[in-house]
Amino acid sequence: MSATVKDNDRLLLTVFVILVLAGPIVLAPIGASYPDLLQRFAIYGVFAIGFNILFGLTGYLSFGHAAFLGVGSYAAVWMFKLLNYNVIPALVLAVVVSAVFALVIGYVSLRRSGIYFSILTLAFAQMMYNLAYSVLTPITNGETGLQVYTDDPQWLQTAGSPTTTNLFGIRMNEVFWKPEFLGFEAQFNYGYYFAAVFLILAFYIALRIFRSPFGMMLRAVKSNQNRMGYTGLNPRPYTLAAFVISGMYAGLAGGLLACMDPLAGAERMQWTASGEVVLMTILGGAGTLLGPVLGAGFIKYLEAIFSKVNETVLQDWFSFMPDWMGDALSFVISPFVGEGWHLTLGALFMAIVIFLPGGLIDGARQLGRWIGGGFGGGDRKPAHSPVPAE
Amino acid sequence: MKLYSVSRRGLLKGGAVLGAGLAAPTIFTSRASAFTNEPTGSTVTLGFNVPQTGPYAEEGKDELRAQQLAVEHLNGEGDGGMLNTFSSKALQGNGILGKKVTFVTGDTQTKSDAARASAKSMIEKDGAIMINGGSSSGVAIAVQGLCQDAGVIFMAGLTHSNDTTGKDKKANGFRHFFNAYMSGAALAPVLKNAYGADRRAYHLTADYTWGWTQQESIVAATEGIGWETVETVLTPLASTDFSSYIAPVLNSGADVLVLNHYGGNMVNSLTQAVQFGLRDKTVNGKQFEIVVPLYSELMAKGAGENIKGVLGSMNWNWQLDDAGTKAFVQSFGKKYGFPPSNSAQTCYAQVILYADAVARAGSFNPCAVVEALEGGDSSLPGVSSAANKGFLFDGLGNGPTLYRSADHQCFKDVLVVKGRENPTTEYDTLEIVEKTPAAQVWYEPDHPMFAGGNLGTCNPGA
Repeated sequence: MSATVKDNDRLLLTVFVILVLAGPIVLAPIGASYPDLLQRFAIYGVFAIGFNILFGLTGYLSFGHAAFLGVGSYAAVWMFKLLNYNVIPALVLAVVVSAVFALVIGYVSLRRSGIYFSILTLAFAQMMYNLAYSVLTPITNGETGLQVYTDDPQWLQTAGSPTTTNLFGIRMNEVFWKPEFLGFEAQFNYGYYFAAVFLILAFYIALRIFRSPFGMMLRAVKSNQNRMGYTGLNPRPYTLAAFVISGMYAGLAGGLLACMDPLAGAERMQWTASGEVVLMTILGGAGTLLGPVLGAGFIKYLEAIFSKVNETVLQDWFSFMPDWMGDALSFVISPFVGEGWHLTLGALFMAIVIFLPGGLIDGARQLGRWIGGGFGGGDRKPAHSPVPAE
Repeated sequence: MKLYSVSRRGLLKGGAVLGAGLAAPTIFTSRASAFTNEPTGSTVTLGFNVPQTGPYAEEGKDELRAQQLAVEHLNGEGDGGMLNTFSSKALQGNGILGKKVTFVTGDTQTKSDAARASAKSMIEKDGAIMINGGSSSGVAIAVQGLCQDAGVIFMAGLTHSNDTTGKDKKANGFRHFFNAYMSGAALAPVLKNAYGADRRAYHLTADYTWGWTQQESIVAATEGIGWETVETVLTPLASTDFSSYIAPVLNSGADVLVLNHYGGNMVNSLTQAVQFGLRDKTVNGKQFEIVVPLYSELMAKGAGENIKGVLGSMNWNWQLDDAGTKAFVQSFGKKYGFPPSNSAQTCYAQVILYADAVARAGSFNPCAVVEALEGGDSSLPGVSSAANKGFLFDGLGNGPTLYRSADHQCFKDVLVVKGRENPTTEYDTLEIVEKTPAAQVWYEPDHPMFAGGNLGTCNPGA
């Protein structure tokens, strides 16, 4: 079995790397090939992969993961303010600070499990969100959002260095190649590839964790913590380690967000943001490797594209129909697009949870089996079969 | 596992095809342009980034209406609105430089983060060459910085913070709306007349850049006429219940409450203040009064009865009787069935001003547009100052207006208004108390409340 698993994983990783690197082209036909959205795909992919290490493996449902995302963003922007626009120190600090926060919050929250754990993490995140808005305003700049001003110290900033986020001179917001691919515009952007490297790294590390004895321990926590205790194992260090690792992933994602756009707002820590990553993971398939990335891409795509569809666009779509039919259709559809895209998301989420409890990845697998090919093998990993959240 | 090896081959094939696609240069065509989003086709795209959700949503929706109307007028549809009264005649009603104007919209959600994401996607995906809008200064400042970096023009909508054209001013950003300092300068003499020089004021302030600078401006202006400031309290922008902030006002010994709130915030805080009976109280032997330094028709409508007699300031009001205002109110009213708000007017004016600057410059290049908007050496009559230089225009509803080249801020008359006691119609909620001349609200670009910033140089992008 181990040989096939290894082969399988190598293939999975190869396909993943190819897809990520070819992202700007692959996504061009669906109108998603522009830097901002591509960067979001990669960054929220990292976020969701990290969340999945905790939720997918141990079954602990954290409802406050956005707090680490926010902390990472603030740490990164502070590095921009104090040192210079180089992204490396920013990311390092983002990961370190979020690890410290995860250690403290995890240490307290993990004393309980199930719903109590979820509530504790939610409370911590909400507390941090409110602190960012009130007493911590000198650090977070409150509602305005933390940003870099011209009168900031920036001790390492020299006259010639770029005045926007960069990796030793390579600007994150620069589009270096803008080809037209089969009639669709694709935009190749340094920021995306920078984030993509981290996405691949994050994916690889998650893969290794999933396959390691440590990963096995985490699954044991999920399947039956009592039995684990009776066999003489203490689950706490394992869950705490998983919590800190996934907090660091979130911090990295927050740092990357700030690297793409040096501004951090407290909204990033709001409970809706924490809920979003839960949705991403469950939508894609909790406990699977690719699922969370798919889910993150799916939600970010809906957010970016669906929320842009307004009355005029709808009328454009239906202009080929007779007037009354077009009007009727756009009347029916309009509540689900534009501001109402959350409604679509909710409906889709419900449909997926009811009909495809394994998420999008499960759907893809079933589709593959149905067609007769089988994407990555249907019966690959019984341990992967998702268990509903407790 | 047999099935699996088949799929591997398929996937490898797929990868090979992809690689071949990447390698084949014939199907790619690269394009070069002189500046970001140079319009090459027969259309030009403008981006309208306004709050459609959140506490300022009502203002945002009205801005969007005005922006759509401006696009119609630029394309020669409708009755032309203020294009007919505008003093510059560079626009022909055939789009901008012969290109038809199209637009994309985005929702800022009154959050800097979301606003930047939506502006970014309009610039990167839809190819917007100018961003207009923003009903919050925090958002406006964040988006202005983004536009500067991206190399597009930002025509600010409703933003009233001193910082927008003060310490956060940018070469690619322009503001037509007035600001907190001007509100203070216009309101102070009226407040002194109405309520006397011996008053004790209590401030409730929205906790972000606009609230901070407005509080600073109003405190400075009222202390200038002899008032005392008892206490200043910051409230979160997202809050909807202000009762816990209003209760302490009663015991503070203050006899005036200044609400540095806007939009939905102001509607809620004013309504709750009135419900707490503040306006029926007598403190220090004087009638308790409420002041709302920045007003809007939409807020007045939202607050209903409660605004009667409450003083505040505005950028513009539909009841003005100059030709520009009349033309605008008429064409807005014809399309939507009610009069426009002052946020609608400022967005409309900004779109027209941008189009006019492009037409006069003969180019969409942001640097050419900046040069055209900074204008020549025309100056505002009645102000003697070395900084009194820029682009002077008239006929957009505010009378003679100067786009000052030193900080890209417009100078024009400021209105002091009061909630009407006996409204005759649904829209007749405010009455104009005074039209404060531009000379009285003038300040030098290096005024301490605006110091610390630097315009920098215009950025045309890639």
